[in-house]
Amino acid sequence: MFTAIRALGLLLLALIAAPSLAGVLPEDRADLLYHRYEGGGVTIHGPSLLVRKTMAEKYSVSANYYMDMVTSASIDVEVSGASEYKEERDQYTLGFDYLRGKTTYSINYSNSEENDYEANTASFNISQDLFGDLTTISMGFSKGDDTVQRTIEDPDNPDVRIVDPSFREGIDRWSYRVGVSQIITRNSIAALGLEVITDEGYLNNPYRSFRYVDPEDDTNYRLATEIYPRTRTSNAASLNGRYFLPWRAAVFGGYRFFTDTWGIDANTYEVGYIHPWKSTGWTFEASLRYYNQGNADFYSDLFPRVDYQNFMGRDKELSTFASQTLHVGATYEFARGGWKFIKKGTLNLYYDRMEFDYEDYRDARDTSLVAGTEPFYSFGANVIQAFVSVWF
Amino acid sequence: MGDRQLPCGNRPIRLIAAAVCLLALSACGNIEPWVKPYERQNLADPVMAFDLNPISTSYMDHVFEAREGARGALGGGGGGCGCN
Repeated sequence: MFTAIRALGLLLLALIAAPSLAGVLPEDRADLLYHRYEGGGVTIHGPSLLVRKTMAEKYSVSANYYMDMVTSASIDVEVSGASEYKEERDQYTLGFDYLRGKTTYSINYSNSEENDYEANTASFNISQDLFGDLTTISMGFSKGDDTVQRTIEDPDNPDVRIVDPSFREGIDRWSYRVGVSQIITRNSIAALGLEVITDEGYLNNPYRSFRYVDPEDDTNYRLATEIYPRTRTSNAASLNGRYFLPWRAAVFGGYRFFTDTWGIDANTYEVGYIHPWKSTGWTFEASLRYYNQGNADFYSDLFPRVDYQNFMGRDKELSTFASQTLHVGATYEFARGGWKFIKKGTLNLYYDRMEFDYEDYRDARDTSLVAGTEPFYSFGANVIQAFVSVWF
Repeated sequence: MGDRQLPCGNRPIRLIAAAVCLLALSACGNIEPWVKPYERQNLADPVMAFDLNPISTSYMDHVFEAREGARGALGGGGGGCGCN
């Protein structure tokens, strides 16, 4: 942790000392997106609106509204014996950028609310163009403050769920980021990113349980509330690159390594291709993403007994698994010559097919099988994004 | 975890050396770029943007982060989960 802070301090020193000419702010644009995720008994959909505007050529403000409407009867809900639930999440983010010479200073504030969860995050970022704009270095810090609650059946009306007044926990989050993007040749660019995140507080999901062997029970197991450590620190490093092809298209790829104090190690690989189709205004893209991870030290599908160890969890997100995602997308550019106050616009349709294959998380919904002999769980999901963007 | 314990005496030297290196690098802001500004039209093409559509990137980052143990080094935003 202190090593990361020290490195950021040194980088800040270098940024302050760097000579300044003039950089650029992000373009003025507005995006309206509809998103839909469907898989594993869960449907999440909703809109997102993002607007960014530059003022006086050195300030830029952005505002984002994002909504998730969730209907869930996931395997976790089914195994716990609960019935399908619906909930909504609203997130508001405000950002402000200030460009001074070749340095951009950015602050962001985000608020996310559900009936049983609230997250507030403040971020500060600084980026600087160096070496004739061949290199951009950036660093950032975020502080998050979450409130975790849970819903219970209303004692007066079993059909209604209310927030449990006796349960309220908090999480403090810190994130430290460093990034370098580098022009390598006239056709290639690469970016390196490092991020350290530390959480402290109630890191459980209050609705989830671990299971342990109980020979007395018909199903050979019982459920008990998960016990997580109250701290977690993770390190992630990523390297991404893009290469411009002679027929106006690009190939891109990336790798991310992840490790944390819970014992999870993960790798993410991605390759893709993007191709504008002649001068028709159409652009097509496709990519493949492969992810795998090893389980957390305190994860088990079935613990031998209820007090087996200090920390016990059975979240499938902490298990050993791999996932593959195939992404395809089409974009059509309209108003290319400008129209009224619009410089140009795009219509975009993206589709992602995700497959998750778990290696030590069993499908405990089938209670006719002895616990620990059920087949391993797997599921697929479809993700659709339809959005319109205008530049002005 | 994973932090090697270095002899205390080395730390200030390493820090100063690192700071000098970074300051020396930053003083090279007028370095002759090996890719000239007029040679960057391919790099300026939208197909070369790392984050062509931020609204889509942050959404997909959230989709993955809610279902995977890994997080960070993506450039996406924070927020709740909605993933039970």
